[in-house]
Amino acid sequence: MKIRGSLRNNTLLGLGFALMMISLYLMFIYVPTEKGMGIIQRIFYFHVPLAWVAFLAFFVVFITSILYLWKRDTKWDTLAHASAEIGVVFTTLVLITGPIWARPEWGSWWTWDARLTSSLILWLTYIAYLLVRSFAEEEEKGARFAAVIGIVGFINVPIVYLSVNLWRTQHPPELVSDLEGSMLLTLLVSITTFTILYCLLIMRNVSLKSGIAEVKRLRGLLEE
Amino acid sequence: MINYLGKVMTIFFKDLLSEFRTKAVASSVLLFAILVIIIFNFAFESDSDTIGLVAPGVLWVTFTFAGVLSMNRTFVVEKEKGCLEGLMLCPVSRDVLYWGKMISSLVLMLIIEAVVFPIFLILFDLPLWMPRLAIVALLGTLGFASVGTLFSALAANTKARDMALPIIFFPVVVPVIIAAVKATDLILNSGTWHEMSSWLEILIAFDVIFLVVSALVFEFVIEE
Repeated sequence: MKIRGSLRNNTLLGLGFALMMISLYLMFIYVPTEKGMGIIQRIFYFHVPLAWVAFLAFFVVFITSILYLWKRDTKWDTLAHASAEIGVVFTTLVLITGPIWARPEWGSWWTWDARLTSSLILWLTYIAYLLVRSFAEEEEKGARFAAVIGIVGFINVPIVYLSVNLWRTQHPPELVSDLEGSMLLTLLVSITTFTILYCLLIMRNVSLKSGIAEVKRLRGLLEE
Repeated sequence: MINYLGKVMTIFFKDLLSEFRTKAVASSVLLFAILVIIIFNFAFESDSDTIGLVAPGVLWVTFTFAGVLSMNRTFVVEKEKGCLEGLMLCPVSRDVLYWGKMISSLVLMLIIEAVVFPIFLILFDLPLWMPRLAIVALLGTLGFASVGTLFSALAANTKARDMALPIIFFPVVVPVIIAAVKATDLILNSGTWHEMSSWLEILIAFDVIFLVVSALVFEFVIEE
């Protein structure tokens, strides 16, 4: 079991590494520089996959939170917790790469646009999600509370998006269909790579969290 | 159905009676809200030109802060005196507790707003008769109470208590604040019903979605 697990892990790791190298080649060498925006446009091939992974991670939190409240199996909570941590890291990266692009393009680091604002709210919600676990007296309680925030926070995202969109919007719309062939290829490869990176990270994080739980259990046994 | 409503109303009247006897929450939150408005008045140095610009924001920031303050109390009070155990021993389902608590938070907030509104309008030198503002206030406050009740039960069960509520409450109520501020802005600057309609729709959608979701997940927050 363990050997097979590590074999699968290593295959995925190898695949991820190879794809990351290919993505970097595509992003920096293969794909032509965009005419209007210049070199800064290349950050797009990082920014969009990062945002996709962040959203995927929070979607996983949403689903596993529901499953946890329903089945009360710790494995769902571990998965939700691991995914939320990764989601926060990726959203942080989205919030960093976005302004780097926006400054030369829009002339300002930040605007209160629908997508920017929703990402920021999403980030704050899931930081609260992680904080609540440490606020709770017992771990089981923290897991339950976090699951509730994971559900409510995710349902809230479309409403935030809709309301800010009505308020003002500046973010470029998804122009995937208008993308030139080589750019579309680069984007798709990059998205695949980052999705594999997410899978790798979540497997590592879950096994780390299970390890921590196991150590806690053993320590409890020792103290008895 | 009538039986269900009767149970909800019993919890509501219990809260109202205890608040009426002690006036602990209403009086302090009321004073707090007036102080916030006065402080904003200094912060913005509002004269007749800028009033239309800042007044909606001032009003809703005041209500948001006052709302957090009063909702923080709803479950902390129960917790301190061991009433929550009593409530949970009641032979009613958990969502009855939610609706009872939600209605009592809502009514308490509306009473506070009914006093703060005229004071705000006088201090900012605005016309006193604005029935449309009452509709926006009702919908916005219902949105606050819907998630506020859920999260205040959650926060009361953590170590952080008073700190936990704003951290989880603010990100989620962003759509309410945006929509309420915009609708209030339109009312103060004599906008039409038609212009307001999309903001009212967002408020109604938020209220309906989060009343249902909160009632569904409430049981996971208060179980021991």
